[in-house]
Amino acid sequence: MPARHLGWRAALISLLLLAALLMVWHFATLPQEGAASAAQDEYAKLMGKSSGAAKRDGFPGLAQMGETIRKELANPFYDNGPNDKGIGIQLAYSLGRVGLGFAIAAVVAIPLGFLLGMSPLMQRALNPFIQILKPISPLAWMPLALYTIKDSSISGVFVIFICSVWPMLMNTAFGVASVRRDWLNVAKTLEVSSLRRAFLVILPAAAPTILTGMRISMGIAWLVIVAAEMLVGGTGIGYFVWNEWNNLSLTSVIFAILVIGVTGMVLDLIFARLQRLVTYVE
Amino acid sequence: MDHNFLSVQGLSKRYAAGAPPVFEQVSFGIDRGEFVCVIGHSGCGKTTILNVLAGLEAASDGVVIMDRREIKGPSLDRGVVFQSHALMPWFSVLGNVVFAVRSRWPDWPRAKAEEHARRFIAMVGLKGAEHKKPSELSGGMKQRVGIARAFSIEPKMLLMDEPFGALDALTRGVVQDELLKICAATGQTVFMITHDVDEAILLADKIFLMSNGPQACIAEVVINTLPKTRSREAMHHDPQFYRIRNHLVDFLVHRSRQIQAAQASGVPRPPTRIVMPGLEQAVA
Repeated sequence: MPARHLGWRAALISLLLLAALLMVWHFATLPQEGAASAAQDEYAKLMGKSSGAAKRDGFPGLAQMGETIRKELANPFYDNGPNDKGIGIQLAYSLGRVGLGFAIAAVVAIPLGFLLGMSPLMQRALNPFIQILKPISPLAWMPLALYTIKDSSISGVFVIFICSVWPMLMNTAFGVASVRRDWLNVAKTLEVSSLRRAFLVILPAAAPTILTGMRISMGIAWLVIVAAEMLVGGTGIGYFVWNEWNNLSLTSVIFAILVIGVTGMVLDLIFARLQRLVTYVE
Repeated sequence: MDHNFLSVQGLSKRYAAGAPPVFEQVSFGIDRGEFVCVIGHSGCGKTTILNVLAGLEAASDGVVIMDRREIKGPSLDRGVVFQSHALMPWFSVLGNVVFAVRSRWPDWPRAKAEEHARRFIAMVGLKGAEHKKPSELSGGMKQRVGIARAFSIEPKMLLMDEPFGALDALTRGVVQDELLKICAATGQTVFMITHDVDEAILLADKIFLMSNGPQACIAEVVINTLPKTRSREAMHHDPQFYRIRNHLVDFLVHRSRQIQAAQASGVPRPPTRIVMPGLEQAVA
């Protein structure tokens, strides 16, 4: 089967799956006629509220979902105050925090990983610290960060940093330590200085592994920001989810979830592209 | 021995304290412009001797003196062609050679380094392939780039570790011819390890025959009595060719093992014989 036929068939199956999911959603959220809803209508009349209110109980249907999506995407950058901003602005704040935390993590992890990869002594010395700090959940770091740093935005960035530094660190150390000895021997016989060797031999050799680490770190950073923002508040897609949940606006919550997913995918694609640029065939 | 360009005295290598050495009391001299081949079975330590000469390994005993200076570590004076080409896949062909050139002459501007590199790439017959990446080259082409890289730094001595071992017979012939031409033109001093007897007879002025390891030694130095103008297509017509070849093959099949057995049973090591097959035989 040629690759292009595979692509078409896969796309077809994806679309069929999507259609099936949407149908299941639609039928699962059709209005239920029954004793329960009749009783609710009675109660609503008793309390003087109009029946058939705009807010419905239960999971939103496809029509409502479509309405929300259209509304949000029509005006993604509106700003009506601290608690009511468009999805575009929320996303921008989150991406900004992720970008900053990730960049700081990269600046720390890659040189440190280089050092660990080149020096087995330092690798063993620092290993206990790495192994203990690595499994700590970002949410566990939050209270410590908020207490020490006091600023919620900077705490968010710190938590991104502390959670996305580990994959980059370990992958860089591994990549540097496993540069093929042949290439290092070539550098030795050519009397290559340490700096030239680091930039022209070790870095390109380890680059695919380093970029894999960066890709994993980016995925983790995006996961963490949503959780962190829920906890901390302010402007951001995580807080948007939490806020809309408090407003019981499930359509907005689902919409935000979709946006988070799509953004995560785009970030991953960017790093996949970068990875392809530095991959070499031995 | 002191007047030799390269002088190796009493070299031995022991990997474990109690175990017998891989080779011991290896001594030889190479003059400037000589092409020397080392032949021996696997495990006799040929690659280790080459690594010691290259400065990548340290010997347990003995000393290596080149150009009246003791060797301590790798140097640009000794270029190496590795068995597995060891090209860097993120550089193009030109990039790989320029990397070496700029290591040797860091003050040269980029254009001059590239022009120098191109000359050597053309010398190995790869003109036009400068911008290819190593993954786009065949095995023979990759090895030729390795040779170009080693020659481009114009080392005092070239060390080659079975450079054609991974090539098929046809490609090997082509690259051997290139090497012969280049060495004739540049007068390069070469120390090469090979398993191919015909290759040694074609390329080398002197052939060192090593007995089997452990406790290997250089048992014989065979002087190549074929005229210097030999060529791959015609050399087997020379009567000397088969005399030399038979001598080498006899050594590899019989004597290398016998000498090792004698060593192991404690017989004192005989001095290295210098042999000129078909002419006269002399004991060193």
